[in-house]
Amino acid sequence: MTAARGDGPVRGRLPWVLVAPALLGLAFLVLPLAGLLVRAPWGTLPERLAEPQVLEALRLSLVTASAATVVCLVLGVPLAWLLARVDLPGRRVVRALVTVPLVLPPVVGGVALLLVLGRRGLAGQWLESAFGVTLPFTTAGVVVAEAFVAMPFLVISVEGALRAADQRYEEAAATLGASRWTVFRRVTLPLVAPGVLAGAVLCWARALGEFGATITFAGNFPGTTRTMPLAVYLALETEPEAAIVLSLVLLAVSVVILAGLRDRWVSGP
Amino acid sequence: MLRRLARRAVAPPVAPPVSVLMSLLMALLMAVAVAGLAGCGGGRPATGGAADGTAESAEGAAKEVTVFAAASLTGSFTELGRAFEAAHPGTSVRFNFGSSATLAQQIVQGAPADVFAAASPATMETVTDAGRAGPPVTFARNTLRIAVPAGNPAGVEELKDLADPAVKVALCAEQVPCGAAAAKALDAAGLAVRPVTLEQDVKATLTKVELGEVDAALVYRTDVIASAGKVEGIAFPEADQAVNDYPIAALTGAPAGPLARRFVDLVLSQPGKDALTKAGFETP
Repeated sequence: MTAARGDGPVRGRLPWVLVAPALLGLAFLVLPLAGLLVRAPWGTLPERLAEPQVLEALRLSLVTASAATVVCLVLGVPLAWLLARVDLPGRRVVRALVTVPLVLPPVVGGVALLLVLGRRGLAGQWLESAFGVTLPFTTAGVVVAEAFVAMPFLVISVEGALRAADQRYEEAAATLGASRWTVFRRVTLPLVAPGVLAGAVLCWARALGEFGATITFAGNFPGTTRTMPLAVYLALETEPEAAIVLSLVLLAVSVVILAGLRDRWVSGP
Repeated sequence: MLRRLARRAVAPPVAPPVSVLMSLLMALLMAVAVAGLAGCGGGRPATGGAADGTAESAEGAAKEVTVFAAASLTGSFTELGRAFEAAHPGTSVRFNFGSSATLAQQIVQGAPADVFAAASPATMETVTDAGRAGPPVTFARNTLRIAVPAGNPAGVEELKDLADPAVKVALCAEQVPCGAAAAKALDAAGLAVRPVTLEQDVKATLTKVELGEVDAALVYRTDVIASAGKVEGIAFPEADQAVNDYPIAALTGAPAGPLARRFVDLVLSQPGKDALTKAGFETP
């Protein structure tokens, strides 16, 4: 075991059947990003970045993506626990339903949200008459759209962690008289913390890039619902250069956050 | 597959932290790929299918005309496309309907289009300035209407009602023709309207009215007619200040060659005018 578990790769000639598609795949992922950098209007970049619309969209994107992540954590971790630890009838169906937003085109998600939470939607009607709350065209609506699309990432990640976690610790705690809530709080949650973190990061990244559900459900107005991806799309109509600048900002933010999280919480070499 | 992805996504808690990062990145890449595959459906310009090409090559040269047209032309041009196919057996017309501004950018970036029909001279200029089209011809005019959901719940009667803060209004973004026209009409009336949303194209704006999410919107007369009773249209005098001219042009280097020109001729002909008038356009 110890000998086989060395860090070095298996020796021998690299098989080109693997290396060639691997390099092609890498180029496929990296080249479009390089294209953004090449076509960026570097000369006018500073003044374009300082434009209030850019900062406004960036602030809105960061705030809504973070809020959506919080919503996903609050609702998604218990949901993952339910799927992993409780013997539900029809658990497979529930799990499939939870992952539907992952494969659903986001625009369809937006339409579905409108039909339920819109002003004339099934639940939206009641929300408006009982509380005077309408979600479409509000920043809260953006958070709802992003959380809808991003939550499966968190649930899948946390559920996977829960299934992989050693249940004997939980059983031991239970034998010692801990309630199920205490076991969850003091044993289960710390045990799956890396999975929760990974899920939260995925969830945040997905929320940050959310476009289809947001534009469909929450609309597109500067300051309240126009997040960075919407601003990129609109800028593309008339000013491709502005769209490139906005895309660069979004790219930079994602890279910085992902890299920063790695150093901070997922300490690696 | 998703469950496997889930297992890959998370290392057991006792594993070294670096593997958490690795699996995180892998999961991220896979997840993005999955989401990407699922998410990118619409909006792509139509291109010739290989199967069509081989089936038609027996009859001669390029038999497919790709028309990029403003979203407001969806109904009338679909009808004209069928007429064109009937008049030229063996040909097929493919449409890419969307916001004129988006279409113009796609054409400038080299999308394989034969004909461009825009909802404003400004968006057509983007294409002619780039040398992708010869001089365009105005083939239709469109005017604005106030669109309200069936039953008019907010009791909107004229343009100045849109300035009421209690009335939720959707407009097109100013970057697209219907938004530019709306801004012109509101300016002419001296009104400051604060919309709740600025939509990407006129059909998206109309949808918000159809669903009752907004109380009113400014859309084209043709869209009100196309909605077939799902929205009510209200004419207003300031609309005369913001009449949209629709230019059409065959594109230079059109893959369909002379067929592109023939489609433009059809739009300008009497049957073309009839189809456009039926849809609510004025024709010159």
